[in-house]
Amino acid sequence: MSAGRRRPRVAVVIFPGSNCDRDTLVAVEEVGGEAVPVWHQDVNLAGCGAVILPGGFSYGDYLRAGAMAAHSPVMAAVRRHAEEGGPVLGICNGFQMLLEIGLLPGAMLMNRTLRFICRDVHLRVERDGMPLLGHLRRGQVLRLPIAHKEGNWFAPPEVVREVESAGAVALRYCAPDGRLDDGANPNGALNAIAGLVNAAGNVLGLMPHPERRVRSLVGGEDGAALMRALVEAA
Amino acid sequence: MQVEVRVKLKQQVLDPQGEAIRRVLAGLGYSEVEQVRVGKLMLLEVAGGDAKKVRTRVEEACREVLANTVIEEFEVRLP
Repeated sequence: MSAGRRRPRVAVVIFPGSNCDRDTLVAVEEVGGEAVPVWHQDVNLAGCGAVILPGGFSYGDYLRAGAMAAHSPVMAAVRRHAEEGGPVLGICNGFQMLLEIGLLPGAMLMNRTLRFICRDVHLRVERDGMPLLGHLRRGQVLRLPIAHKEGNWFAPPEVVREVESAGAVALRYCAPDGRLDDGANPNGALNAIAGLVNAAGNVLGLMPHPERRVRSLVGGEDGAALMRALVEAA
Repeated sequence: MQVEVRVKLKQQVLDPQGEAIRRVLAGLGYSEVEQVRVGKLMLLEVAGGDAKKVRTRVEEACREVLANTVIEEFEVRLP
């Protein structure tokens, strides 16, 4: 980065019970952004051009995963930012929040195995030319970790049809070669949906954790493309 | 007054937790139990004596936060 040039500022919202906020702050810096921690009681995003709702267990997952955080003071600012076209990335618990506030469709059920699943999965990129997917191309397979108990995406049939016909699916769980296979779907999500994007393309929610894979030292760099895409959109 | 809020998964939504409990019951010999659905029970102590008003407010709270109506349905019971 050349001296004097400002790095894009990215807000990382911290809720009581967030536990991926530190990793997310580090990952944003790693791909060239300026990571700005924002408290859930704050009423603005500190002038940031993009915002990340990180993973964890906000409010201990009380009531439903993401339900309490969805009503935090900061969420009004997140919603405004999203509605004005600002980039928003929700990771895991952050994705659950985006569903709870209705910025993305559907809801999360408990994994069909009833277990918390923490392991790597393969994901097929479903969209081309989405700013928040950066240089990723349709059909490309990523390997990223998941760590959740409520990642079993569900919606009524008419909403599923709408999501599919609108091209709102950003990522699907797949076999290592990109094949869709029920055995490769870790949690039972309908249509193996692992990530969704809104119609305007500026709100992306996903269950896997890209912030945990930005360096080969920690198991891979497949998450860096997603983190970089957000920073570049900021 | 005490208001009871019951939240449960809609009938068309699979309830893997309920199904796991059904299987355990069957294993213990309660094979006549054909289905189990797991829900939540919330007891709200609400000020005000106008039952109609209280119901309207609690139902509003259900739609806003207590239930996720994409997957859940709720029932409000007043004394």
